[in-house]
Amino acid sequence: MSATAASTERLPRLLSLVPWLRTHPGVTFAEAAEAFGVSERQLRADVSLLFLCGLPGGSPGDLIDIDFEGDHITLLDPQVLDRPLRLTADEGNALLVAVRALSDVPGLTDRDALDRVRGKLETAVGGSTEEQPAVSVALEAPAPDAMLALRRGVDEQRRLHLRYLGAARDEVTERDVDPLRLVLTDGHWYLEAYCHRAEALRLFRADRIQEANVLDVPAAPPPSAVPRDLADGLFKPTPDQLLVELELEPGAQWVADYYPCEFTRLEPDGTLRVALRTPDPAWIRSLVLRLAGRARVIVPAQLAGEVQQLASAAIAQYETAEPSSPPESSPLRGAPAAHKPEPGGTAG
Amino acid sequence: MAHAKTERLINLTMALMATSRFLTVLELGRLVDGYDPDDSATGGEAFRRMFERDKEELRELGIPLHTGPVDPLYGDEIGYRIHRSDYALPEISLDPDEAAALGLAARLWSSAHLSGTASSAIRKLAAAGAEPLAPPAGLEARVGTNEPAFEPLLDAVIARQEVTFDYQAPGSGTARRTLQPWGLVSWRGRWYVGGHDLDRDAPRVFRLSRMTGPVAPRSGAGSYTVPPGVDVRAMVTSTDRDDPRERRLARIRVRPGTAHRLRLQGQADESDPDLLDVPFYAHEGFADMLAGYGPDVLVLEPTALRQAVVDRLRAVGAGR
Repeated sequence: MSATAASTERLPRLLSLVPWLRTHPGVTFAEAAEAFGVSERQLRADVSLLFLCGLPGGSPGDLIDIDFEGDHITLLDPQVLDRPLRLTADEGNALLVAVRALSDVPGLTDRDALDRVRGKLETAVGGSTEEQPAVSVALEAPAPDAMLALRRGVDEQRRLHLRYLGAARDEVTERDVDPLRLVLTDGHWYLEAYCHRAEALRLFRADRIQEANVLDVPAAPPPSAVPRDLADGLFKPTPDQLLVELELEPGAQWVADYYPCEFTRLEPDGTLRVALRTPDPAWIRSLVLRLAGRARVIVPAQLAGEVQQLASAAIAQYETAEPSSPPESSPLRGAPAAHKPEPGGTAG
Repeated sequence: MAHAKTERLINLTMALMATSRFLTVLELGRLVDGYDPDDSATGGEAFRRMFERDKEELRELGIPLHTGPVDPLYGDEIGYRIHRSDYALPEISLDPDEAAALGLAARLWSSAHLSGTASSAIRKLAAAGAEPLAPPAGLEARVGTNEPAFEPLLDAVIARQEVTFDYQAPGSGTARRTLQPWGLVSWRGRWYVGGHDLDRDAPRVFRLSRMTGPVAPRSGAGSYTVPPGVDVRAMVTSTDRDDPRERRLARIRVRPGTAHRLRLQGQADESDPDLLDVPFYAHEGFADMLAGYGPDVLVLEPTALRQAVVDRLRAVGAGR
């Protein structure tokens, strides 16, 4: 933080600190520092400065009075600063936009409470919120029944039974999971849970959960199951995953935007060469078919051949005069694989 | 802001709040520690300039500084005061369920600017006794903002400043664009800005992650107004809104045990679970999606859709 930013934040912080200390008697320096997002040293400097401030006259009875006992602070006399300053329009909007965004997700949290908070905030800001907010957020809203069940599973720490449509491959599975948390990331809601079928921690995209039932069994994830750090994104390619090189024509180059690529290189002919890792070649086969000739698999050659075979097999079905019943087993599907979130979580 | 200045501004605020009448500049100079209204070198000029700057600073923080005649009968001398009722956050209290809802909302932002703004609002509410609760364990809702264009665009939207940036439109090269930004929208995990595109002279939406260079202001603050009735959120999210008049049905045979996503979109035949009627709108996107299923699906009707899928599969087979 620059020196200017640090100092222009100080005055509003001090004006809030006085009434805040009034409503938090006996708070410690460390607690106050955390609430105000500053170092404990900075907070001590702030309190020392407040000691010097007061009403005109400057006699002891005119000054802001604060008492210390060890690490604890108690405000004895705030003088006229017993109430905080009104919310600015920006402050009010930062909260109101967030409240509105959460209200749009049925089943996530108590809608009625959010509506009441919204009313109270609008009153507190005093009608100065803009008609067109600078920022708005459209959150994903999965099926309300599923969201309610996921919330209950997490809150009450109970096992869930899921019917789940796989992300990387087209396959519906049933599984029992012990939920750890419900988390919004990259625009989607995910349930992070220990999966008894995969015997590992998994992320399940909420909008692909076809059915969720709260079981009468307490959740018992193994101690090793701790939530993943999702700060760097959901999909972390690992070296053991298949490395695929694709050639993308302009109409398919969005792929490089959506999925983490090991490299991207714009060729002189306008095509984009990308390399990405995938836990499941079925996902690449389907992606390249869907890109309808605007993408080609370069490496591995075997995968390129598989895509060609699938296209030929599909064309052959159309060429038979009467559409016959397709064969019983699907060449698109290989051996069932453990669920992994697909890269970027947006295909399909 | 130096230590002495912060102290002076707090004392000035308190003096203006404590008074029951308008105080003149000179009175404030004598009452508030840190001013020297009688400095002989400049004849009080330095003090007056300092007071002007202080006054502006308080107003920028949103402190309502009122001006009025010092003497109601002879109203030529102007004084200053702060009405307590204008300054103070109105009474507000939260029930426990409201405090929990607010706690969740306050943590939604992960951008420095927005989370800082939300936090200062939360501190004011807590100072008024309306303390938000930490959200329940196991529920984490955060909207990320790691695009470098976010903060400069937010500043520009708030200040109503025109901006220019280099933009890589999908399937074409990079071009310099000029925009009057109206608002930022997060949708499906990505940030967009909507506004009036000065090059096209029309409303346009841009994705922040496709801005390839820095966002530079091109005008002063307040250089345009947002037209009434504009809904930036709808501009962004309507890109895939389908026209119900275009709705059609496709009859599709699917291989047993496959095409689960497609089955969710359609209705299976009563006597044959692998014969589906699937509604669709735009031909192009739907044909792409069906091609992605390869030999797992066979389009029976309509003929045009069937042909579009075959064309796509042939394009895959032909390579380039």
